[in-house]
Amino acid sequence: MRHGIGQSVRRPDGPAKVNGAFRYAGDLRVPGMLHGRTLRSPHPRARIVRIDTAAARRLPGVAAVVTAADVPGVATYGLIVADQPVFAAAEARYAGEPVAAVAAIDAATARRALAAIEVDYEPLPAGTDPTRVLDPDAPALHPTGNLYREIDIRHGGIWADGPVAVEDTYRVGMQDQAFLAPEAALVIPAADGGVDLMVATQWLHSDREQVAACLGLPEELVRLTLAGVGGAFGGREDITLQIHGALLARSAQAPIRIAYDRVESFLGHPPRPPARMWFRHTATRAGELVSVRARLVFDGGAYTSSSPAVLANAVTHAAGPYRVAHARLHGVAVRTNNPPCGAMRGFGVPQVTIGHEAQMDRLADALGLDPVELRVRNAVRPGDVLPTGQVLAGPLPARELLHLVAARPLPPPPAAGSELSLPGGLPAGADVRRVRRGIGYALGYKNLLFSEGMDDSAMARVRLDLDEDGSPRVRVHSACAEVGQGFVTVAGQIARTELGVEQVVLAPADTSVGSAGSTSASRQTWMSGGAVRGACVAVADRLLARVARAAGLPARVVEMPRHSLRIVAGEIVGAEAGLRIGLADALSHGPVEAEFTFHHRRTTALDAAGQGDPHVAFAAAAHRAVVDVDLDLGLVRVVSMALAQDCGTVLNPLALRGQVEGGTAQGLGLAVMEELVTDGGRVVNPTFHDYLLPTAADVPELDFVAVTEPQPDAPYGVKGVGETPTCTATPAIVAAIRAAVGRDLRSVPVRPRDLVDLSPSGAVGPAPSGADGPAAGGATPR
Amino acid sequence: MTAAGESYQLYVDGFPRAVVGAELGDSLLSVLRDTLGVTSVKDACEQGRCGACSVLLDGRLAASCTVLAADADGARVVTVAGLGAVGLARAVRAMFLAEGAVQCGFCTPGFVVAVTDLLTRRPDADDEEIREALAGNICRCTGYGRILAAIRAVQRERGILPSLEESRARPDGG
Repeated sequence: MRHGIGQSVRRPDGPAKVNGAFRYAGDLRVPGMLHGRTLRSPHPRARIVRIDTAAARRLPGVAAVVTAADVPGVATYGLIVADQPVFAAAEARYAGEPVAAVAAIDAATARRALAAIEVDYEPLPAGTDPTRVLDPDAPALHPTGNLYREIDIRHGGIWADGPVAVEDTYRVGMQDQAFLAPEAALVIPAADGGVDLMVATQWLHSDREQVAACLGLPEELVRLTLAGVGGAFGGREDITLQIHGALLARSAQAPIRIAYDRVESFLGHPPRPPARMWFRHTATRAGELVSVRARLVFDGGAYTSSSPAVLANAVTHAAGPYRVAHARLHGVAVRTNNPPCGAMRGFGVPQVTIGHEAQMDRLADALGLDPVELRVRNAVRPGDVLPTGQVLAGPLPARELLHLVAARPLPPPPAAGSELSLPGGLPAGADVRRVRRGIGYALGYKNLLFSEGMDDSAMARVRLDLDEDGSPRVRVHSACAEVGQGFVTVAGQIARTELGVEQVVLAPADTSVGSAGSTSASRQTWMSGGAVRGACVAVADRLLARVARAAGLPARVVEMPRHSLRIVAGEIVGAEAGLRIGLADALSHGPVEAEFTFHHRRTTALDAAGQGDPHVAFAAAAHRAVVDVDLDLGLVRVVSMALAQDCGTVLNPLALRGQVEGGTAQGLGLAVMEELVTDGGRVVNPTFHDYLLPTAADVPELDFVAVTEPQPDAPYGVKGVGETPTCTATPAIVAAIRAAVGRDLRSVPVRPRDLVDLSPSGAVGPAPSGADGPAAGGATPR
Repeated sequence: MTAAGESYQLYVDGFPRAVVGAELGDSLLSVLRDTLGVTSVKDACEQGRCGACSVLLDGRLAASCTVLAADADGARVVTVAGLGAVGLARAVRAMFLAEGAVQCGFCTPGFVVAVTDLLTRRPDADDEEIREALAGNICRCTGYGRILAAIRAVQRERGILPSLEESRARPDGG
């Protein structure tokens, strides 16, 4: 089928995007709209003594001012636990927490109105060290306490030890999604007392549920339509400005445009949680992994967001894709007065992959083994039991990935005369004699879809009819949020393949159709792709049955029409029945429509020992990084990246390539440049001037090999592909830097000061304490 | 605060546009988007760091967020929408689509302007020069691989790089 699955079909929204005509959420405007803005607390923790909005309300041009007192429904919201206030009321718990919002005739008036709101804060001692907030004498930062979740996985003999041991403590900084289009929405109050939101989000129906609850409205009166989304990467899974905009629209009874600038975007959505992680790996002298112990502290910040699920991912993946008989993997996600943290591409797995891969390199070093060889010897195979007790099913070609990536050609060595390609580029003019080359590897795996017993589903509606010219046309309606990943392309490919009709139209994603679930967890091609496929099959069945009935075919054909009739290239053909009818003729009797809800296989929750069958499936990846490091300046250039990835069946090779290249670049950013830095709870670098992102000068061409073993229980055998390479790119680059400079690196992102003689120990502070942690004194030298 | 009585003119994508009601301190980006409603130019950082707001200002590439609109009085401003549907700009757009250089697309208007400008000035720019020249445009989705592939495809189409068939035919592969 032309433009069906397996082909590099182009994006249907592409032409509008290259012409500047595509409408993103921030581009939406209607006559008479007002401008919404948010007032945020400057304090990491403060009691709110008084809020006086009278002066702001009196300003000419101000149409609405709302605070916690104006929330008619539930006062709080959240993806998992509704503990985040729409506006801080008695206490503000992070610097940047919303306190009030205003709507005014223009943005400048709205800014003046914010300045006119008087808030008396009484600053309180803030808990900003995630390793201290569970201390017995630490103050409770919220009535529900400071622990979001604790997971303790016990597998095999938890005190078992091999003769060769390595242990250390690692830290990973706070990474922002930094999607390019800041948050924006257009919110319109409706005559029926409801509200219509056009918003850039990852999950329309979750937004609707939370907005409706806080507005005190039935869900059917809250209608959302997806506005153009300029990237997401997890950062649009939580509510940001949706409820504020809806409150302002209902208060002012006027359309509200509410949009963040970059600074507010950095403060407004939950980034990837920073982590502190202690690991102890032991092995036999022959290089067989005996035990893995880990203690993880994830800083969830001031409110829950998705911390419990992020932590489950982190702890269950902490040993990596390796066979290990004995494991004790313990983790906590804690509340602090740092910014709330949540979902970002990889969802807890990038942090632990950085840890376990650093450990595997050090174990290889201690054993005198090649790092790739050690990984090959210990890589999991289908049928192995993971530390949760889950039996690894389905394809997971970890060893094959390692062999493939190690066999890729290496780049030429650094050379004099090509200063532009040395670390720092021009005009630093690195001295090639002081540049060291390093090569590093990382293997990792990541769960696909939602875990821990959640009966997650996605719905789609498909209609097959004739267009104005009498040609067959498929109309696909799904609430799946297109955030750039290309679901709109793949949905069309699936519909063409299943129904043999080239013309596919996608209806706007909105809440008038059932939930598609979240665009996250590498789930939409599998889940919503499965829903579109299921709906197409149901449409075909109905049409074929109608044709069979009209042709007077026997009842068994009418009941199971697929066994006798097929849709081929615009025709319905039944060889046995001697039937051949044009699709357009068949549809002249009326359109056919069907809905389908796709469910993945059931998983189970973790029990008290961290045992269960928590994950639907996994995908693996192996990266090799080559770096040059300037020993004098501590500058790093990533020279080349190679990736072998477990991709399942490939539906669109071009889109796959885009996902793995983009995922690799975000991992590169975390390795050497990206970190939201906090000082006493305040983010000190919330701008693109200070938060550095990889550019075209930083990201080398990716040498990519796909392994395409089909996933048996997924539609067409697909696997999600976007997250796994983000998990492995960072540790591969860090390993390469470690190899180049010959020192242990424990902190990510790696900074120049870690590479030149400014902080020779590279220590990252004490290890997370606990029953099986190090006795005292932090990292134990081996 | 509106600067009463102040007005000036910009030529945006070929059309004269009177700017009335803008503040004197407004950036060109904000005047384009908020005063004139020209949304083909994107706002992502407002610090001149990401290139999403790239335009041609009297023929020179500029980050419109770093230009005072009032300083641009009388200037010709070209956004991606005004680059035209023929020639180099058409080729750049076509190859961005064919090579998968567009995902969320928010950086794309700025990239298309910047790439068109680069290949106008330096049609035979090599890989290093292209990467340095585009280091002011941030893309968070693609990791740049398909954007660079699109640029090479434009250069091939215009005979600056050998076509894929030609490079395969050569024994040294390139």
